[in-house]
Amino acid sequence: MQFDIEINDEHVTAKRGETIKNVLDRIGIKVPTLCYMNGFSPTGSCRMCVVEVDGIPGLVPSCSHLVEEWMKIKTHSPRVIKARKTLIELLLASHPNDCLYCEKNGQCELQVLASELQVRERKYQSKRTPIQIDKICPSIERDPAKCVLCERCVRVCNEIIGVGAIDIIGRGSESRIGTTYNKGLNVKACVKCGQCIQVCPTGALTEKQSFQAVMEALNKPGLFPVLQFSPTVPAAIAEEFNLKTNKDVLNLLRAALKKMGFRQVFDTSMAADLNIMEEAAEFIDRLKSQKDLPLFTSCCPSWVHFVEALRPGFLPKLSTTLPPQQIMGRLIKQYITSSAGQKPEDVYVVSVMPCTAKKDEAGKDYLKDSETRFVDAVITTRELIKMIRLMGIDFSGLEPEPNDSSFSIRSSASKLFGVAGGHLEGLIRTIHFNLTGQELSPLKLTDLRGLKTRKETRIRLGKQLINVVSVSGLANIKSILDEIEAGKGDVHIIEVMACPYGCINGGGQPKGSDEKSLKGRMKVIYDVDEEEIIKVAHKNPIMTGLYEKFLDRPNSDRNKELLHVLRNSIEIQ
Amino acid sequence: MSASTTLKITEFLVEKVVKNYSGFYDKGTAELLAQIKREKVTRPVIYIGMGTCGLVAGAGKTMKAVENYLEENKLDAEIIKVGCIGLCSAEPIMDVQLPGKARISFQHATEEKVEDLLNAVFHHTLMHDNSLGQYRFSSHEDWPGLPYIEQLPFFASQRRIVLRNAGIISPLSIHDYMARGGYRSLFKTVLNYTPEKVCEIIDQSELRGRAGGGYPTGKKWLVALNTGSDQKYLICNADESDPGAYMDRTLLEGDPHRVIEGMAIAAYAIGANKAFIYLRSDYKQSILLLQHALLEARTCGFLGENIFGSGFNLSVFIRQGAGAFVCGEETALISSLEGSRGIPHEKPPFPAEKGLLGHPTIVNNVETLANIPPILENGPSWFKAIGKKGSTGTKVICITGNGVHTGVVEIPMGIKISDIVYSIAGGIKNDKKLKAVQLGGPAGICIPPKDLDVEIGYDSLEEIGASTGLGGLIILDEDTCMVNLSKYFMDFLQKESCGKCIPCREGTKRMLEILEGITRRPKEESSHETLERFKGVVQLENLAEVIRDTSLCGLGQNASNPVLSSLKWFREEYEEHIFDRKCQAGVCHDLRTFYIDVELCNGCNVCQKKCPENAIIGSVKMPHFIIESKCTGCGICFDSCKFSAIYFK
Repeated sequence: MQFDIEINDEHVTAKRGETIKNVLDRIGIKVPTLCYMNGFSPTGSCRMCVVEVDGIPGLVPSCSHLVEEWMKIKTHSPRVIKARKTLIELLLASHPNDCLYCEKNGQCELQVLASELQVRERKYQSKRTPIQIDKICPSIERDPAKCVLCERCVRVCNEIIGVGAIDIIGRGSESRIGTTYNKGLNVKACVKCGQCIQVCPTGALTEKQSFQAVMEALNKPGLFPVLQFSPTVPAAIAEEFNLKTNKDVLNLLRAALKKMGFRQVFDTSMAADLNIMEEAAEFIDRLKSQKDLPLFTSCCPSWVHFVEALRPGFLPKLSTTLPPQQIMGRLIKQYITSSAGQKPEDVYVVSVMPCTAKKDEAGKDYLKDSETRFVDAVITTRELIKMIRLMGIDFSGLEPEPNDSSFSIRSSASKLFGVAGGHLEGLIRTIHFNLTGQELSPLKLTDLRGLKTRKETRIRLGKQLINVVSVSGLANIKSILDEIEAGKGDVHIIEVMACPYGCINGGGQPKGSDEKSLKGRMKVIYDVDEEEIIKVAHKNPIMTGLYEKFLDRPNSDRNKELLHVLRNSIEIQ
Repeated sequence: MSASTTLKITEFLVEKVVKNYSGFYDKGTAELLAQIKREKVTRPVIYIGMGTCGLVAGAGKTMKAVENYLEENKLDAEIIKVGCIGLCSAEPIMDVQLPGKARISFQHATEEKVEDLLNAVFHHTLMHDNSLGQYRFSSHEDWPGLPYIEQLPFFASQRRIVLRNAGIISPLSIHDYMARGGYRSLFKTVLNYTPEKVCEIIDQSELRGRAGGGYPTGKKWLVALNTGSDQKYLICNADESDPGAYMDRTLLEGDPHRVIEGMAIAAYAIGANKAFIYLRSDYKQSILLLQHALLEARTCGFLGENIFGSGFNLSVFIRQGAGAFVCGEETALISSLEGSRGIPHEKPPFPAEKGLLGHPTIVNNVETLANIPPILENGPSWFKAIGKKGSTGTKVICITGNGVHTGVVEIPMGIKISDIVYSIAGGIKNDKKLKAVQLGGPAGICIPPKDLDVEIGYDSLEEIGASTGLGGLIILDEDTCMVNLSKYFMDFLQKESCGKCIPCREGTKRMLEILEGITRRPKEESSHETLERFKGVVQLENLAEVIRDTSLCGLGQNASNPVLSSLKWFREEYEEHIFDRKCQAGVCHDLRTFYIDVELCNGCNVCQKKCPENAIIGSVKMPHFIIESKCTGCGICFDSCKFSAIYFK
């Protein structure tokens, strides 16, 4: 039902069931907020979005209050502005005075609001009991002093990721975001996905920086720094620096990275092809023996952690194939650079990932009998952007640098890893070929595409039909796991990505990823698949070379030693 | 009493009393009823007030002493544990009823007095110091020279409807309640009225919620009744958490069945078959009594399946909260009941539409529910005639502070606050002057003596910024520091704030800090700080307004009331604290300045040794002096001087 209401003395049409904020958004009136999140039910905790409504004594939060016929609303009256300003002043009373040194300087929503509301002095002074920065987690750092208790992180962690690793503890002005027994974030439940960082309005949540270590490695004599980047990185970089998202972005990025001092630059996608080859073989073996089905993909470290820590019963069903980042690291150290005469311990592999959990993953695998990791440092897309800025790289003045390594050929199947459902699509193409001897036709599996958190389809492999499901947003996997545990469901492969819609929306991507930017990043990836000649992993010529020179046949014992890993259940205090 | 006798009495009461709402009894019934009601006793009955207040005052020991006395003297008497009559300052209270004689009430009946008191009574004499009064009953012989209870000033202006039985009957006996017409309203309701009709009756009575909001109860029920759902819930809110308020506790401990009956009728009216009593776990006594009462009610068939054959089912569960103040707010209470953190949620949607587990839920306060059975028994117009327009019925109020008498009273709405202070509470203790009356709990307001003519009632109190629901009334004498009092309440509120919304979480803390600044004296003070303090007061008003305007729930919206009202009426006291650095009442320790009376000081040196700041100088056997600039006002010297030579201004 539609009716007219009055907003700032103008008549506006509103629908029953809409919140005041819905109407304001539609007609282009912006009200500030610190706690509201699109797609979540409002909590009304920050009170920044309050408006004045005739006939209601107090001010009304527009995010949660529904419109009614009789309403006359003032969104920016002096009373409202005074209230908003006072709220910010109250928050600032105990907020650290260190904007200049803050990780979020320039991107902080609190800072923006303080500036918009003309806060020009620290009106209220308060000493807050000093709280230590929580640095215990390998991926995420928390500075509770900067927290405004908007609870966005808590809601994301609970509702999207479904692990509830953090929640409010304490009461009143002693309220804090805390973990189990307030022991720091290295708790079992935290899957390190970094979605909390994405929604944090202030500098309270940031990734654990590897920036400095990488900068040092770049300048250390005798060290051979190389870099690999995930397929989702170029699109995000293009977005950030306003570059056209075409093929040149990759070459421009390569040029930029080389300028920064990386001796060689690899596309992790090549390792993703190898991951497909191994995982396809693994699946076919399991299908034949009808053991440990459904096969769960294991390229998402947050998902792997979830199984290890919270649902260890599913460990045998997890694919043992190493994730692309780790495969790439191993290949670089043990094969590619060593063929060029570098010692593995002198090679410094940096990977750029859209992900914070990859920082944790990199610390898990070591070369046999040594302290050398496959990947030495992981930086997020955000950190790379900062690094590019620090190094004064101007993309407009760069000459695109073509591929110089023979290890950069990758199929477009591997590129699809960046969007939820894409890994599955690439995997099925190879499984189909390996099982039937024919290419899947058509190669494009539309059921597994698009911005959805659950996608499924049924594939005919010769005589057999297999069911595959792609799930993103870790909370959505729980019901499926429960069904499998109860013996229900006839699914053969399940791809799980912790972040909703996959790595394009990863916890390490630039902040403020809205639907538009996600669609843009997705399109870049799908476009590659349209244009690429090699669309399947098994046609990648590098694979042939690798399997001839370095590896045995897929999923063989030798390959198991090199490219597979058995994950164990973990206990964290 | 043997099990079979109990069963027989139950049957008798259900058939002859509960199911008989004519109110007329045949002779045999009346006879038996008089026995059950202890109007006719064949052996002495001793009633001991065993509510929490009584227990704290030593009623447990009194009871032991009574038992010992009876045993030693080989006397046969019945001991009945009752709840609190309301006069908590007179506890422990012990009543004695000898056969044929009026029930007589003794105050301060501590264990050591029991023997003398009982000796006297059993010899038909009285110890007048402890005698409080006697209960009037036509067939009982009065005690000479003793006032009737209802004539005592504390009781004279009361109108006891919900507290009618409290302190008189045994809360452990459903028979006591049934014999006085208990559960008759439930019977009448479920067999004669449709749920719509019940809501209509309650609406006609103009009963409003007794917990703060004052929303018309009948209208609220109707919303829940008309909201379609296969499951509805009723919640009895007994999470009484204001300091100085214990109306709910008194009710639950004195007459638990009244509340249960009210709940059953309410549940019937809204179509709920599950009901919860949510109370703080520290109300141990209430919980025990409620558990017992629920068991009795179920045994009698007043709860459970197919109540009175009407097809109406109801299960009632007790749920204990951790005692957070904010859990008295209905949405926070529901959160807590669901097992989450007790934090309030945005309204609308109101719980009546979407409450516990997403189902329509009515949350009613204990006192509201206790009013339901008498309304259904006597009709809405009877109820409407009590009190005043817009505020019908009575209100239970807890009087605490510096009154001569303190305790729980039930007064008809419309009574003046001055009447409560001067007639019921008997004025101010120790002949002090009245400074203010604080009304409405920690988020209430302070009323100066000149405004005490205001009447108890929703509209009249709202006009002066208070809420009737929170029934705490604190009498404050001249020795109260209003700044300190505001600080106390603000400290309470900021500790009890759930921390969800910014204005309440941060704002109350800031306000507390400003108040602390006013009542504290830094070691070295510059004029700049005086200015800061003054700015603080200006900020207080600004902050108070924003907190009231923007807070999510009532806790925050009303949090600034104590400060605003004391600023309004006692501004000079704030200014004195800020500029003169003085606290007239001598309450704010930091602001006291100590002096030594040279006439009285004999130079014993004790204060000098004890002073932690080395602020006292003087030779032995010579008068000492205090160096004002060094003195922090801790008061150790004052406490240690044996010659009263130290005084403060």
